[in-house]
Amino acid sequence: MTKIELTVDGARVSDEVEPRMLLVQYLREKLGKTGTVVGCDTSNCGACTVHLDGRSVKSCNVLAVQADGAEVTTVEGLAQDGELHKVQEAFRECHGLQCGFCTPGMIMQTIDLLNENPDPTEDEVRHGLEGNLCRCTGYHNIVKSVLHAAGVES
Amino acid sequence: MTTTEVSTSSNTKTPEIGRDRRRKEDQRLITGRTQWTDNITLPGMLHLAMVRSPFAHATITNIDTSAAKTATNVVTVVTGAELGEEQGSLPNAWPITPDQKAPAHPPVAIDRATFAGEIVAVVVARSAAEARDAAELVDVDYDELPAAVDLKEALAADADHGPLAHPDLGTNKSALWIFDSAEAGTGGDVDEAIDKARNGGIVIEREYRQQRLIPAFMEPRSVVVDPTGEQVTMWSATQVPHILRFLLAAVLGIPESKLRVIAPDVGGGFGGKLQTTPEEFIAMVLARRLTKPVKYTETRSESLMAAHHGRDQWQKLTLAADEAGNVTGLKVELTADLGSHVALIGGGVPVLGAFMYNSIYKFPAYQFNCQTVLTNKAWTDAYRGAGRPEATYAIERLMDELAAEVGVDPLVIRKQNWINADEFPFTSVAGLEYDSGDYDAATERAKEMLGYDDLRAEQKQRREAGDPVQLGIGVSTFTEMCGLAPSRVLGSLDYGAGGWEHASVRMLPTGKVELVTGVTAHGQGHHTAFSQIVADRLGVDFEDVEVLHGDTAIASKGMDTYGSRSLVVGGEAIIKATDKVIEKAKPIAAHLLEASVDDIEFEAGRFSVRGTDQGMAIGEIALAAFAAHDYPEGIEPNLNSEATYDPVNFNFPHGTHLCAVEVDTETGAIKMRKYVCCDDIGTIINPMIVAGQVHGGLVQGIAQALWEEAVYDDAGTLVSGSFVDYLLPTAADTISFETDHTTSPSLTNTLGTKGVGEAGTIASTPAVVNAVVDAIRHLGINDIQMPCTPERVWKAINGAGAGGAEPTVPDAAPHFDHDSNQGARQ
Amino acid sequence: MIPAKFDYVAPTSIEDALSALAEHGDEAKIIAGGQSLLPVLRMRLNAPEMVIDLGRIDSLRGIRDDGDAIVIGAMTTHHDVLHDPLVAEHAALFAKATAELADAQVRHRGTFGGALAHADPAGDLGAPALALEAEFVIAGPGGTRTVGADDFFVGLFETAAGEDEILTEIRVPKHTGWGAHYEKFVRVVHQWSIVAVAATVKLDGSTIAAVRIGLTNMGSTPVRATATEEALVGLEATEDAVREACSHAADGLEPPSDLNGDADYRRHLATVLSRRAVARAAGS
Repeated sequence: MTKIELTVDGARVSDEVEPRMLLVQYLREKLGKTGTVVGCDTSNCGACTVHLDGRSVKSCNVLAVQADGAEVTTVEGLAQDGELHKVQEAFRECHGLQCGFCTPGMIMQTIDLLNENPDPTEDEVRHGLEGNLCRCTGYHNIVKSVLHAAGVES
Repeated sequence: MTTTEVSTSSNTKTPEIGRDRRRKEDQRLITGRTQWTDNITLPGMLHLAMVRSPFAHATITNIDTSAAKTATNVVTVVTGAELGEEQGSLPNAWPITPDQKAPAHPPVAIDRATFAGEIVAVVVARSAAEARDAAELVDVDYDELPAAVDLKEALAADADHGPLAHPDLGTNKSALWIFDSAEAGTGGDVDEAIDKARNGGIVIEREYRQQRLIPAFMEPRSVVVDPTGEQVTMWSATQVPHILRFLLAAVLGIPESKLRVIAPDVGGGFGGKLQTTPEEFIAMVLARRLTKPVKYTETRSESLMAAHHGRDQWQKLTLAADEAGNVTGLKVELTADLGSHVALIGGGVPVLGAFMYNSIYKFPAYQFNCQTVLTNKAWTDAYRGAGRPEATYAIERLMDELAAEVGVDPLVIRKQNWINADEFPFTSVAGLEYDSGDYDAATERAKEMLGYDDLRAEQKQRREAGDPVQLGIGVSTFTEMCGLAPSRVLGSLDYGAGGWEHASVRMLPTGKVELVTGVTAHGQGHHTAFSQIVADRLGVDFEDVEVLHGDTAIASKGMDTYGSRSLVVGGEAIIKATDKVIEKAKPIAAHLLEASVDDIEFEAGRFSVRGTDQGMAIGEIALAAFAAHDYPEGIEPNLNSEATYDPVNFNFPHGTHLCAVEVDTETGAIKMRKYVCCDDIGTIINPMIVAGQVHGGLVQGIAQALWEEAVYDDAGTLVSGSFVDYLLPTAADTISFETDHTTSPSLTNTLGTKGVGEAGTIASTPAVVNAVVDAIRHLGINDIQMPCTPERVWKAINGAGAGGAEPTVPDAAPHFDHDSNQGARQ
Repeated sequence: MIPAKFDYVAPTSIEDALSALAEHGDEAKIIAGGQSLLPVLRMRLNAPEMVIDLGRIDSLRGIRDDGDAIVIGAMTTHHDVLHDPLVAEHAALFAKATAELADAQVRHRGTFGGALAHADPAGDLGAPALALEAEFVIAGPGGTRTVGADDFFVGLFETAAGEDEILTEIRVPKHTGWGAHYEKFVRVVHQWSIVAVAATVKLDGSTIAAVRIGLTNMGSTPVRATATEEALVGLEATEDAVREACSHAADGLEPPSDLNGDADYRRHLATVLSRRAVARAAGS
């Protein structure tokens, strides 16, 4: 077991974990942050995307011990004082989700994408989401949501 | 209780039906406040790991569980032999013929593994990781048997010339199901029509491959069973909690009253979660044995390997027409791969297509033959569209071939043969009565949206210039049958259950409404759309309606969600339940308003006395029923209702889908340039949700055309066993769509709605393949086998000839290869 | 989805990392960004007893100017490579290939050295490394040695770095003013390259003065298309002019056959993609 200390959604947390524990397992099983989900075992689907020190990563592809000392933000840490993040709001407004399973990852990746490129084209949005799979929406309304959040009306 | 004046605001309320309501579900889903089955942890909960056969077909000669059993934190390890009769045999609810061969299906294989991925032992441990660790310690001895892998070879095999998937059956053939219009009295003799066409008419003969697909819902399946209460509770990522409960009881001999099944948040299904699975049965049996809660969540690799697959058919087709291209007959000879066992409705799925091959066209003669075949691969069952995409693909590809033969535009040949708007209701050659539709209107609109004529001009130009990038335009004028289903029709098809749906309305004393529905959502937006219906019918606020579903203790009756039935069948049950509430409230209102029941009118949420300004809101009646202080004699003090609705017919959405693709003749790469569709799905409750259903359906159908295939190697190992090799498209692989609607309300339900969940998937696959073939038809090509990989396209262009129907790639290896050295050090 | 048990150490210096490697020998596995390793561990295709994490060794991270070369630390993330001005100016081909590598999340976590050391022939950095004639600096118990790109890729998932060694940095000779293009062919974007071609071109006016081409997934290692390079020098830098020269780009190669295409198809693709890559690298 290895002791880790990190900040998750603004709260300091510390646990003894097995080195093999994945960050996503740590979030779900130790912290109860079940908003972040696991959709595959090859890091293709992106459903588990969180921010690690301000950058999007696939939390199924990071060991919890590697996140020692880091700052993690999950989909549960976005809304502030009951106010949804503008990207969350955009996904609801544009029907950017159906079953909602890929949604946490899509939202976290979208925020990263817009941090880097606040005024993306549709093509840039589509390529910026290439690490996230969705089976319900056909991506049409996800792309629309991202453009809406960026203030670009499609 | 006092009466109040009719407020004007309630009368001018915007109708909810037809409104783009933002979804109620989303607040939770976008903030991560979710109830996926895998989220559940219970005190003392144990975890299961499955030991799965690496062989497609093998005798299990010995299983040594001793090392696994003694591993730290392992509770027990069980084998199929040890579970014996206790585990039952998984059900097949749709034996399509009385003599169908369906091998017994123990959830844990007992002495023989019949596909790669079949469970042969189960480890129970205190954590999922330790269960997986111990699963690797289970030592199974196998004697490999010849595996029936290729569908055509399996069909040809017999006891003397194997391999047989189940040697004791003496054959791989499970059932032969036939529909013949001459016998049914719905049309003429198809062989006569074909013979006649061979002399002076046109006969189009083709063989198409429906490749094996994997539903690949994003949430892997998960099941939790808690046996500690009076009722054993199962949470499962399922589309069918009611059916699951019934079948757990029927198969395992547990009183149904002792079972409660809950489908909490479910992350997509697409048919893939309408199975009753080995994992669910194993979890139930072991939780009861161990008297502790158990959980099993599959990995994605397990999901791709062992959750049911879809499609996997060969379609031999003969279309007869006269010289002018008027269709005279259609003969379908279908071979369908069941996989290792006949799944819950696996045998019936190809038969669902039987009614749709003739589609919107006026065929005078029709015959459909379906031979189902057992193989040593994962079982097949419903995948979005279930039988109808296959049928639609076949006929829409054939109509293009007919147009090419006659030398006319593909839309011209269709119009020449389709049912005209003034011919409805129309009884099809397959015996269905189409209630409404207007194929011309949808097609004209779609042509306009695409810019059809301009693109045809550009296509001509590129052909003449010999442009390395050729343009193709694909057409699909589809219809489908949805809203499963009239119970008597299901009975006539030997389906094991009815097709009705149930709803109940519970008026709460505070004026809020609980709607309980027997259908169950996994992304469709039922909470929102059903709230809109109830709000309109009862005149209450949209926000005041709560939709409850997916828990057999709450929604006691239901037939669940599949076959685009939730709105058209479940919605009608809701209408009937709300009507009953209104009728029930009338005598109460009459009593309170001191009027005659006959004088009570209901409008916009208010009961009023005809010709007066006296009235009460429905919420006030609910409160009066709750208090029951001042209450009419003989009326039960509640304002609840229940309704069960059995549909009188299917309904028949239709539409015209057009797409333009560019084919890079140098590489075979296909790029979609534009996709438009004009669907007729009758009355629309929530246009935003409908558009979402269409978009998602389109991409699944396009993915069949271009990307997805579950490929097995010759030994029966699934090569496309992870998302590295089973290619789901991303946002960067797809485009934005243009969608529109024409509206011919269905005549078979109150709201005039038709199903939409499967429309996009059914329509889009042939549209795309027709476009690909259209782009290169001038090079002498009339087919590309799906998925239309760049390699197949390039090889077709470079001399492999017209037929795209070759076997799948012979040199198949996954990117993550167990045999290769993934030994990189850094 | 859970890896088998392993022990873990995160040394803070290269020396400590080398000692850990020496101590655990072939029971150990190095984790850099982990983007290729963790899926392999999760699917239990490999189960090391010890995982040595290079993530805490600061000296392995960063990109610096070193006169006639730029030096990229092995633990520099793809994202940092992609956005680095030195790379953009002197080794643009790496920027182009990195932009096509995996996805944003993987680029945030995955590392330049890790991807090269993983030596997946379908990986996107090997071909540019060959084309740019990169040098691999490898630290071991006996000190540091440098291996040229031609010698670094030994076989499928196999490099010149020994069991007891660590790839620490990659020296990339400056290709200032060279045009660059990475032409990647996939069916869906999250796939490994079916075939890709890395090309970098130095123009003299509109003719090709010098050109370097690396091929991805055309054999068990990335491959340099030397003969094609020679045939291209002096040609006009347009698709038509380079067609003939590029038509031999795959001669003699034995690429893999899999679900995405057989060897013949890959050889054909390599010729088309080479032509396009060279033309685009030259800006036409």
